[in-house]
Amino acid sequence: MQNMTLGKFAAAALVATALTAPAFAADTIKLGVAGPHTGDLAPYGLPTKDAAEMVVADVNAKGGINGKQVELMIVDDQCKPEIATNVATKLVSEGVNIVIGHVCSGATKAAMGIYKGAKVIAISPSATNPPLTKSGEYPNFYRTIASDDDQGKLAAAFATGKLKAKKVAIIHDKGDYGKGFADFSKEAIEKDGTAKIVMYEGIQPGAMDYSAVIQKLRSEGADVLIFGGYHPEASKLLSLMGKKKIKVPFIGPDGIKGDGFLKIAGKDAEGVYATGPMDVSKFPMNVKAHDEYKAKNGKEPGTFFDQGYAATLAALNAVKVAGGTDYDALTKALKSSTIETTVGKIKFDAKGDAEGVGFSVYQVKSGAFAEVK
Amino acid sequence: MDFEYLFELLCGGVVKGSIYALIALGYTMVYGIIQLINFAHGEVYMIGAFVAFIVAGILTLTGYSGLTVLVLAAVVAVIYAAAYGYTLEKIAYRPLRNAPRLSPLISAIGASIFLMNYVQLAQTPDFLPFPELVSDFDFMEPISRYLSSVDLVILIVTTVTMIALTVLIKYTKIGKAMRATQQDQVMARLVGINVDRVISATFIIGSVLAAIAGVLIASRTGQINSAIGFMAGLKAFTAAVLGGIGNIPGAVLGGLVLGIAETLGAGYISSAYEDVFAFGLLVLILILRPAGLLGKAVKQKV
Repeated sequence: MQNMTLGKFAAAALVATALTAPAFAADTIKLGVAGPHTGDLAPYGLPTKDAAEMVVADVNAKGGINGKQVELMIVDDQCKPEIATNVATKLVSEGVNIVIGHVCSGATKAAMGIYKGAKVIAISPSATNPPLTKSGEYPNFYRTIASDDDQGKLAAAFATGKLKAKKVAIIHDKGDYGKGFADFSKEAIEKDGTAKIVMYEGIQPGAMDYSAVIQKLRSEGADVLIFGGYHPEASKLLSLMGKKKIKVPFIGPDGIKGDGFLKIAGKDAEGVYATGPMDVSKFPMNVKAHDEYKAKNGKEPGTFFDQGYAATLAALNAVKVAGGTDYDALTKALKSSTIETTVGKIKFDAKGDAEGVGFSVYQVKSGAFAEVK
Repeated sequence: MDFEYLFELLCGGVVKGSIYALIALGYTMVYGIIQLINFAHGEVYMIGAFVAFIVAGILTLTGYSGLTVLVLAAVVAVIYAAAYGYTLEKIAYRPLRNAPRLSPLISAIGASIFLMNYVQLAQTPDFLPFPELVSDFDFMEPISRYLSSVDLVILIVTTVTMIALTVLIKYTKIGKAMRATQQDQVMARLVGINVDRVISATFIIGSVLAAIAGVLIASRTGQINSAIGFMAGLKAFTAAVLGGIGNIPGAVLGGLVLGIAETLGAGYISSAYEDVFAFGLLVLILILRPAGLLGKAVKQKV
């Protein structure tokens, strides 16, 4: 008990110093980069650090922003919430202006409270947990990656829109990932109201037979099937549907969008739809950033490099537009300016999600996934 | 009430049940003779499917038609599985024949884990696409919504296998020896039956049935991996207990009851609770009839 009060007092003191700190350090723009740089999850954090370093070196070489140089403050949170709060406190106490990070959703959530208290904006390249933006709890949070629920929403919109479904069946594998996708789709379809959900069922992964659920699908007269789960169950369902001559369009999440699915489902995969991260590799800025990285490091950049690059660009652009690092001005700048990045043209919406990033629908055509336009 | 839907579900349930029954027979035969639950039985089923996968992969290249490949693959799978069953008994169970009853049980669980991991290491932990060996028959077209062609093949093979098994046990010499061993091992030995050979034969027959089931189910679901034996084994074991373990008609009945109950439960209530129906039914039946549907209550000698 004693310790806790002391801890709280210390934290409050740190936040208090932090609040006054930026006033003393206005000679450079302080950009924090937080994520896992050591440990198991380092491969998810280091590419963002690389991206931020590249962007900042570029900007500084061109004279900085509004005449000021950008200074990077790199901290390692190892994706652990308890370390994330420590490094966030450190950043805040050293007068950080904007943070690029954190990388893992759990660590991000832990750190956001500290940034919120200190009025520091954080832009995450990779935290996909929906409530971070949707709950409205963290007005200082932004991200350059799509939220987890976007995929489910996209599948729902595709079913009711392009496929003109009136009766949608939803099947999931009862797991976090599959059921999450199914639930978000269900929610979106119910909200939309043009189609009815005729069936919402969980199946047992690894079971020998799904014929009952397939028969139900037919007897309910569903005209689209949305499936939440991974490729083994998806191909089992498709194979049974093929044998029972049920031809209902099948939409799955990115868990089935891969070679494993194409290999196992074989000819049953033909015509199947799957949502998956948008293909960003053709954007000119993305090509440029990747070429630059390859020239310097001799290999392809890692996971979330594109998003990290985009987050850094967005942060620095906001400073430029706002003409300083005032919290309200930065918020306004982030939400109003559209900028060209490695993940396409993006702008942040009222809740902090990037408009213009996200998922696309793909369809299997002659044995390969092709984007549906 | 929608009778067409009910009929569709019943057909699905019977197909599922006959596969459970085919695997359950192996459990029940072994239990009947040496009172051992052979937990590695599900793995023999998996090995059967794997061997068939490899053979079918090679034969498909030679251009034989689907059904020929299926039969040839099944034959090789059966031989392989029989060898595994025989060896398994020799290595894992025979040395423990006179040990306390729990020791061979642990040995069985060990054998199951060993075989699963062995296939995973020697082959692959990934899912593999099992070729579709039963092509659609034209005459099945009108009723394909109730029974697909592969379902028909499964029903026919299961029925034939079960009749053959009944004939084997009722009318052949080895069958008679098996029944004698089941009744009293010591007495059987006294009248000149080679009990060890009978037990080996039981394992071989059980493994053959498991391999057949493995090939059939794999060509229906179109995919296999090293872990498929676990769930199949568990369900078939449930079927065997449901029908009365040690009782051969009981295993068939148990398989069918389980398959139909699961399918109806999934079709009318929710497939999310499919396993709940299966195991709930097991609990219910064991409360009402502790020896299973057709099992005879054995008085425990104190």
